[in-house]
Amino acid sequence: MATFTLPAHSKIGQGRTYPAPAGAKNVRSFKIYRWNPDDGQNPRTDTYEIDLADCGPMVLDALIKIKNEVDPTLTFRRSCREGICGSCAMNIDGTNTLACLKPIEEVKGPVKISPLPHMSVVKDLVPDLTQIYAQYRSIEPWLKSDTPPPPDAERLQSKEERAKLDGMWECILCFCCSTSCPSYWWNGDRYLGPAVLLAAYRWIADSRDEATGDRLDALEDPFKLYRCHTIMNCTETCPKGLNPAKAIGKIKQLMVERQV
Amino acid sequence: MAEANKSLRVDVMRSQLGRVRGLGAAKSGVGHWWGQRLSALALIPLSLWFVASVLHLLGASHDAMLAWANGPVTIVLLICLVLATFYHLQLGLQVVIEDYIHQDAARLALLIAIKGAAVVLALACIVSVLRIGL
Repeated sequence: MATFTLPAHSKIGQGRTYPAPAGAKNVRSFKIYRWNPDDGQNPRTDTYEIDLADCGPMVLDALIKIKNEVDPTLTFRRSCREGICGSCAMNIDGTNTLACLKPIEEVKGPVKISPLPHMSVVKDLVPDLTQIYAQYRSIEPWLKSDTPPPPDAERLQSKEERAKLDGMWECILCFCCSTSCPSYWWNGDRYLGPAVLLAAYRWIADSRDEATGDRLDALEDPFKLYRCHTIMNCTETCPKGLNPAKAIGKIKQLMVERQV
Repeated sequence: MAEANKSLRVDVMRSQLGRVRGLGAAKSGVGHWWGQRLSALALIPLSLWFVASVLHLLGASHDAMLAWANGPVTIVLLICLVLATFYHLQLGLQVVIEDYIHQDAARLALLIAIKGAAVVLALACIVSVLRIGL
């Protein structure tokens, strides 16, 4: 059965509170999930009180401030700090999003931060992405064509053909969508999930790709594709405003189209 | 499928890609998806017709009820309703079971049980329709 309660070793306890510095003007507390694989302890929630008057506007700014000035043991991924690398995906205020694109002001009350849901945790806010990367690899996300490219030239597309890739090439593989999907929670080992299916459709929809049939064959499976029940959490949560549910719908449509 | 193959934990030596590819695509699922949608569409007019008919017969005599049930149109539509209902029902239950039951043996047993039950119950309904109607 799907598991609806946390195992004993995953139950989250109350952690430390780091109070705001004296003279702080605009204090906001950040309640952050902490877990260290090396100390044998259960996960806990640490509370950091931060003076927003002395902090950048985004949640990532606060995390970096905490790591630099309050608690260097806080562990999270970040790189570009402008929503293009996908590293700082996490659950903020109950919704998966990118810490670098999430203004602190959008959150009412304490800012609750935890790792992407239902993934194995490596440490603190760092989820284990090895399986989902392998799922991405399994859809063979590269151009497959038997026709050689024109000599000394690119493979051309019309503007209309190129436009079919809009809404898909923008995906940065942060996996906010896949980890917000209940179907991916319950069957993540067999269901590919919205991020990977969006990527699969990106290649199916590419006019230069000649492996469309093979790609559809590889997805035609009750679990790999058809665990999607159009719950739409993926589209709701995507920090880039993309629509994975629509891309999955298009794949299902093509599956029928090639049979009728 | 072996249990280790399904484990989310990285505690066996097999590569992640090997585990993700697993046994490959089953090359099925389209029929289920399409059938569920078509039977849902069929159930809209059939259910409306059935509810309207039953409401129309509220307080009717036994003879009037039999006269309705003896009509060839009634018999055909009732059998269509029974087939669409049980076909749609077992497809929907299959989705629930595949979503939530992760032990292979339990999942297979439940799938066989609900599909078998759907066939038996649909047959019982059809025989009833025919016995009253013919």
